[in-house]
Amino acid sequence: MSTPKPKIRKEAVPMPKQTPEERARNFREVAVGYTEENALAEAERCLQCREAPCIKGCPVEVGIPEFIKLVRERRFKEAAKQIKEKNSLPAVCGRVCPQEEQCQAKCTVGKIGDPISIGRLERFAADWERQHGSAIPEKCPPTGKKVAVIGAGPAGLTVAADLIKLGHEVTIFEALHKPGGVLTYGIPEFRLPKKIVEAEAEYIEKLGVKLKTDVLIGRLYTIEELLRHFNAVFIGSGAGLPTFMGIPGENLCGIYSSNEFLIRVNLMRSYDFPRAGTPICGGEKVAVIGGGNVAMDAARCALRLGAKEVKIVYRRSREEMPARAEEIENAEEEGIVFEFLTSPLRLIGNERRTVKAIECIRMRLAEPDKSGRRRPVPIEGSNFVMDVDMVVMAIGRTPNPIIKQTTEGLKTAEWGGIVVDENGKTSIEAVYAGGDIVTGEATVISAMGAGRIAAKAIHELLMKK
Amino acid sequence: MYKIEAKRSLAPHINLFDFSAREVATKTKPGQFVILRIDDDGERIPLTIANVDAEKGRISVACHEVGKTTTQLGRLKEGDSILDLLGPLGKPARIEKFGTVLCIGGGVMTAPLHFQAKAFREAGNNVIGIVGATTKDHLIFLDEMGKTCNELYVATDDGTEGYKGIDFLKDLMRERKIDRVVAEGPVLMMKAVSDLTRQHGIPTVVDLVPIMVDGMGMCGACRVTVGGKMLFACVDGLEFDGHQVDFDELLARLKMYTPQEKLAYVFWEEGEKIG
Repeated sequence: MSTPKPKIRKEAVPMPKQTPEERARNFREVAVGYTEENALAEAERCLQCREAPCIKGCPVEVGIPEFIKLVRERRFKEAAKQIKEKNSLPAVCGRVCPQEEQCQAKCTVGKIGDPISIGRLERFAADWERQHGSAIPEKCPPTGKKVAVIGAGPAGLTVAADLIKLGHEVTIFEALHKPGGVLTYGIPEFRLPKKIVEAEAEYIEKLGVKLKTDVLIGRLYTIEELLRHFNAVFIGSGAGLPTFMGIPGENLCGIYSSNEFLIRVNLMRSYDFPRAGTPICGGEKVAVIGGGNVAMDAARCALRLGAKEVKIVYRRSREEMPARAEEIENAEEEGIVFEFLTSPLRLIGNERRTVKAIECIRMRLAEPDKSGRRRPVPIEGSNFVMDVDMVVMAIGRTPNPIIKQTTEGLKTAEWGGIVVDENGKTSIEAVYAGGDIVTGEATVISAMGAGRIAAKAIHELLMKK
Repeated sequence: MYKIEAKRSLAPHINLFDFSAREVATKTKPGQFVILRIDDDGERIPLTIANVDAEKGRISVACHEVGKTTTQLGRLKEGDSILDLLGPLGKPARIEKFGTVLCIGGGVMTAPLHFQAKAFREAGNNVIGIVGATTKDHLIFLDEMGKTCNELYVATDDGTEGYKGIDFLKDLMRERKIDRVVAEGPVLMMKAVSDLTRQHGIPTVVDLVPIMVDGMGMCGACRVTVGGKMLFACVDGLEFDGHQVDFDELLARLKMYTPQEKLAYVFWEEGEKIG
């Protein structure tokens, strides 16, 4: 008689979180992270399948079963090291990657129960390492080649880390006063504490990357000037330009682009005003227009700044929302109200030109459009007025045009993105690009994946020369 | 860190700072600005560049103490440093040979206007300068403007020096052939000038400095309406067609944080006293 195989627990170990009532009024991290016991129990569920479908779901191909095995063996430091071979920002990715659509979507255990919580385990290993002192990996001998990286966001940091390990000299030029790009100015403290982004950037500096903040490429130096001093250039300047709807009243006081609102709250720490010097209009009745992760972030920030009522106004229905399910749930638990199938027509101001209401119209869904989602169409006569004292427009971001305007011969698409080949190479020799500047607004990990591909191509180019 | 190499008092609560910023100095053209941040708790504020010394690697900015950050900057001394300085930002002013250019500076903005006036003169224009302020004590850059311009007029709101108000401009525009007007100063002044020159059909540009955060086109805080279109002062400006600008909207947006600015000032003053 053969011994029966031990049964796998179908339920994932839940992530410890602050309660909704508690967290809705503070900026501390919502998910507190796995304890060692949590991590060991979750790692135990992994089948260690040989074909490792999870790796195929990861844009940077982290060796997932291997690191989970190391966690299981309580070799946490080695687990972190294993992840960092492929991913220079594991504490970030463990928190903000949409694992449910990537590695975890492919997990074999997912076929019989909850998939392994790969993201939570990645975060656990990275946090453990940060708290216990991170090791600096060995670098290849110096090649004498120099690379300029524009933008210290996910794509730029990845390119820099990959190339410095290969022995090249790397300088990152960041326009803002802090590194991290969208990780610093966009994603809120309660989802991604800034001390983690700082630690990840410090790690990259420890590898030997030179980081120059307050440098706007296109204004202080052009790409052409960079090419005189560097053997290759990588553009990872992101999708930094805000979008407005083009409806009447958008310049009223109290109306923010999601970028402005999040930059004030995250980069400038307006939630700590007046200790931090950057103010913000603290609305009591807030409407956030849009249905993506940025809209969820903005709504949850507004709540934490003290709003009494925060509404998400979205023109399609719940099913079409581009935000991660987890973020929608978090927002809902905290008391954010969703106005689905609703679209603003105009913004109405008071005598001081401050917004006081939005005229909206209800929508219904017609046949699918080009994006495959059902097209929203207005229901005639369904207009109504929503009282508000603050509005955040979170309807997408487009590439910043400064580099395009100041770089002759750089091919861009009609919508403003830089055109690259499958290796991230632009129309200019030795100039590469990746991340949101190429794809439009996407995820942190896809930008990192593009950075990885470009770094490989840049390395090949430099070694050929 | 960016060091204050020199500081000169121009008028009560108005100072001219020379910052060490070599790269910025070599790239700056008249009409551009910098964003600076004093310390890690500081806000980012835009200041229009008033001069450069490429050889010494310095840029000059004039600052009027009107709130917490500007007052904090005003208390810094030569040899002190600030944490961040980003620039040059914005598009350079359009400097060409137009013929006769009337350069009107109001208050603290007379300093960056002088930078443009100098460039217009170098480009071969006949430059008529006007220096204005609320009152005599607040007139700045009179000597510099006197040297740079072919002619100089002075005006104050209260008439304590030179002409009272800007009504004298009507006569000037009637009597002289003016090809271009450049106005840089308080919003109400730029609006009044634009209203006057519109009647005479004289092309007029104004330099708009709304509230900004990043200064490179990311946030849209500085959006202005020009000719019915939404533009961002930080990347589309600072220079705009004065006859097309919605000044009333700009005025309202500049007052958006008045209560918070007062609070920030009181909080900071208290901190300074406690030490």
